[in-house]
Amino acid sequence: MPAIDPIVHELARIVGADSVLYQREDLAAYECDGYTVHKHPPRAVVFPSCTDEVAAVVKYLHDQNIPFIPRGAGTGLSGGAVPLGGEVIISLVKMKRLLHVDYENRLAVVEPGFVNLKLTNSVAGKGYYYAPDPSSQYACTIGGNVGENAGGAHCLKYGVTTNHVLGLEVVLANGEIAEIGGVPDAPGYDLMGLLTGSEGTLGIVTRITVRILKNPEGKKTVLAYFDSVEEASQAVSDIVAAGIMPAALEMMDKTAIEGVEAGTYPVGHPKGVEAVLLIEVDGIAAGIDDQIAKIVSVCQGRKVSEVKVAATEEERARWWANRKTAFPAMGSISPDYLVQDGVIPRSRLPEVLEKIRQISERSGLRIANVFHAGDGNLHPLILFDARIPGETELAVRVGSEVLKVCADAGGSITGEHGVGIEKKEEMRYVFTDDELEAQLQIRDVFNPRNLLNPDKMFPKPGRCAEMRAAPVEIR
Amino acid sequence: MSAPVSHAKGNYRWEDPPDEEKYSACVHCGLCLESCPTYLETGHEQQSPRGRVHLIKSVAEGKLSISAGFENPVFTCLDCRACETACPSGVQVGSLIEAARGQIRKAIPLTGWKAFLHSFFLRGVFPHPSRLHVLGKLMKVYQKSGLQSFLRKTGLLNLLPRHLREMERVLPAVSDPVMKTHPEVIPAEGSARGRVALLAGCVMDVMFGEINAATIRVLTRNGYDVVVPRGQRCCGALHIHAGDREQGKALARQNIDAFLAADVESVVVNAAGCGCALKEYPELLHNDPEYHDKAVRFAEKVEDISQFLVARGYQKPRGRVEARVAYHDACHLAHGQGVRSEPRQLLREIPGVEWIEMELADRCCGSAGIYNLTNPEMAGKILDEKMKAVPDQIDLLAMGNPGCMLQLMMGARKHGRTAAIVHTVQLLDWSYEREARQAAGQSEAEKGE
Repeated sequence: MPAIDPIVHELARIVGADSVLYQREDLAAYECDGYTVHKHPPRAVVFPSCTDEVAAVVKYLHDQNIPFIPRGAGTGLSGGAVPLGGEVIISLVKMKRLLHVDYENRLAVVEPGFVNLKLTNSVAGKGYYYAPDPSSQYACTIGGNVGENAGGAHCLKYGVTTNHVLGLEVVLANGEIAEIGGVPDAPGYDLMGLLTGSEGTLGIVTRITVRILKNPEGKKTVLAYFDSVEEASQAVSDIVAAGIMPAALEMMDKTAIEGVEAGTYPVGHPKGVEAVLLIEVDGIAAGIDDQIAKIVSVCQGRKVSEVKVAATEEERARWWANRKTAFPAMGSISPDYLVQDGVIPRSRLPEVLEKIRQISERSGLRIANVFHAGDGNLHPLILFDARIPGETELAVRVGSEVLKVCADAGGSITGEHGVGIEKKEEMRYVFTDDELEAQLQIRDVFNPRNLLNPDKMFPKPGRCAEMRAAPVEIR
Repeated sequence: MSAPVSHAKGNYRWEDPPDEEKYSACVHCGLCLESCPTYLETGHEQQSPRGRVHLIKSVAEGKLSISAGFENPVFTCLDCRACETACPSGVQVGSLIEAARGQIRKAIPLTGWKAFLHSFFLRGVFPHPSRLHVLGKLMKVYQKSGLQSFLRKTGLLNLLPRHLREMERVLPAVSDPVMKTHPEVIPAEGSARGRVALLAGCVMDVMFGEINAATIRVLTRNGYDVVVPRGQRCCGALHIHAGDREQGKALARQNIDAFLAADVESVVVNAAGCGCALKEYPELLHNDPEYHDKAVRFAEKVEDISQFLVARGYQKPRGRVEARVAYHDACHLAHGQGVRSEPRQLLREIPGVEWIEMELADRCCGSAGIYNLTNPEMAGKILDEKMKAVPDQIDLLAMGNPGCMLQLMMGARKHGRTAAIVHTVQLLDWSYEREARQAAGQSEAEKGE
């Protein structure tokens, strides 16, 4: 038996012995999150059950100069919760209460470990819902959503997490507790905006106030099949150009369709179609049928091979389950996948897709494309087999190439999954050295010793000065 | 340590290691987490389906060894398969867990009283119907001789661990097993439309012989000759769950022979756990050249009683059962066999039934085979969670698995609920019976006129 790490006793003193994991096997389960390319076990995992415990744990680690990482459900896709340097993981899953719902002011207060979908389920009875709906919403936590500024299929119309956060309680790097926001349009800098999407590098959120919305009066969903990706992309542009603002406008290509049909929620997409669009409109009941008619006619103008409207709520739910489980469903047709998260101007969709197709052909790796087409957020899924030597590295290179294409088309390297480990280097596609340095200076204000989720988000070496001195080429 | 080298896979060194195809299908997305009762209870990743699959894979890759730290999460799994329903890429977690348990039991054999209990019950009693029946008789004597009430009064039972005490309190009045009370072939009422076999089961027949009798009545009433093959044995699910694959396979072979010889169109099962195990015989015997094909032929015939009746059509019951009824999905029916709508249909069509759909109906009750004996603390917590979802205002809580029935009887008692715990088939049987009584009463009345 190897000697127990002395920090375990100290952490157990704060949270109780049941709430610290340190055995080798237990730690192995924490060596990665939803991004599995890089793995490393943490030094320990600690489960605080309240803000004060988080603060005490952070203060202890800060005083000992031990780096640490907050973690929710570990469904992140960019490796934000992977303890690459053997950091201590602070798991927030035991803080999973819904603290308060205020229907009059349309807000809810949750602990960070509260699962996204549970919020909607908890307020649905009164006709409300929580809008950000990442595909992992069955399991992901709202704390994690804040860390990654998570989006979802419906962010086209409703915005991403940052548009729904009203207030935060945060434990800072030294263990101090701070309250941010809470009142609409607070004067001063938008610190809430800064913290949302900071990937656990600026603080640990321990209480979150979010907006809840009244369910739309009406909602209808359309499925449209196309024989060419080009036509489907044009249909997307046409729908937006026609002045319609769908709640969601999703696209999957042929390989993605193969995956979802082999998965747990097949809907019987016809064989041989090149692309499917899933379009949802919602709002005041009176206008919805008109919008649907317009969408159908736009699709017909783009040689749609079949277009249908969901007849029942069950059918609609099934179409969404099929789409929302698209990433993991790839497990049915490939042992591993890497999901990318590029953003492009919508109008460049056909051309970017063609370039992705060429990358796939050149590399020999299949790429399934799933996108939030309406807002130009692409999720190319690079299919590979980690058991074949060299294929993981190839997949990572292919992912990077895809992001380069997106950045060159005037887009960005991430829409909603965060930078994490995965896209650190690709930050250079969209930021200059000076811009990166400016961001690191902001990090220093909150996290001067770089103990909070170190080695994430920024390329290495992070500093211009260090970079200039570095003898090796970066790329 | 005598296994042929060809079975070796990383640190798995015995026959039937966890299947690489199955753990490779896991892409680590985490969508299973919220479906897992033990994860919800602990919040620990290694006690989640994703975490367990990751550890199982790590052992295969030689990164971890088969140790106590590996044994704990693998044996804390309920094998409830709720994660399989949630998994978008169809990872067969149950099969991986069962295979890993087989390896663990080889690497770390049980010792002390656990080893004794295991070999006494799982190897000594369950595989042998005659011994099982003796056990049943002893229980009956215990209940009827006054010994039970004597022991309860004296407080001697307080010497038992708490979970055994709780279980003792809810033991149903043991009825006679159909393997003893019924002939091997029970003819259909009227002209036969088919011939089916019934798996009597071990716990079911000894503890709930009355449910088997009800199942036979329902089947014969619907025009089936029912065979109760005498050569049948315990299905082996408990053994496979416990990591004793050899005994599980031996039982599987005996059952395959017994039921194929019965020459029936269907093997009807009224215990979800057993039905699931029977349907998985082909996988259990995948590298048995003599039995694999037979296992496939056999498994194709296996049907849950509710599935069987709904698929073939059945006489709609007309006798009224005035009761507020909720239904609990046994894990091995809902998640294991995908049978959800059929039992609900059977129950809802009974006249007089006021249906109450229970929330989280398919969440495990903590029974999980003998999990409530091997992991009483966790099973108790999971039962408490389950009871929160059971509505107060119901008269009957129906389900299709004897293990769940015992567990929920315990839950009802512990939480002061009055609802009776029943098997789906019992309700159907009652309705038929009332219908027959009414008809008899009517014809009496007509005669009287």
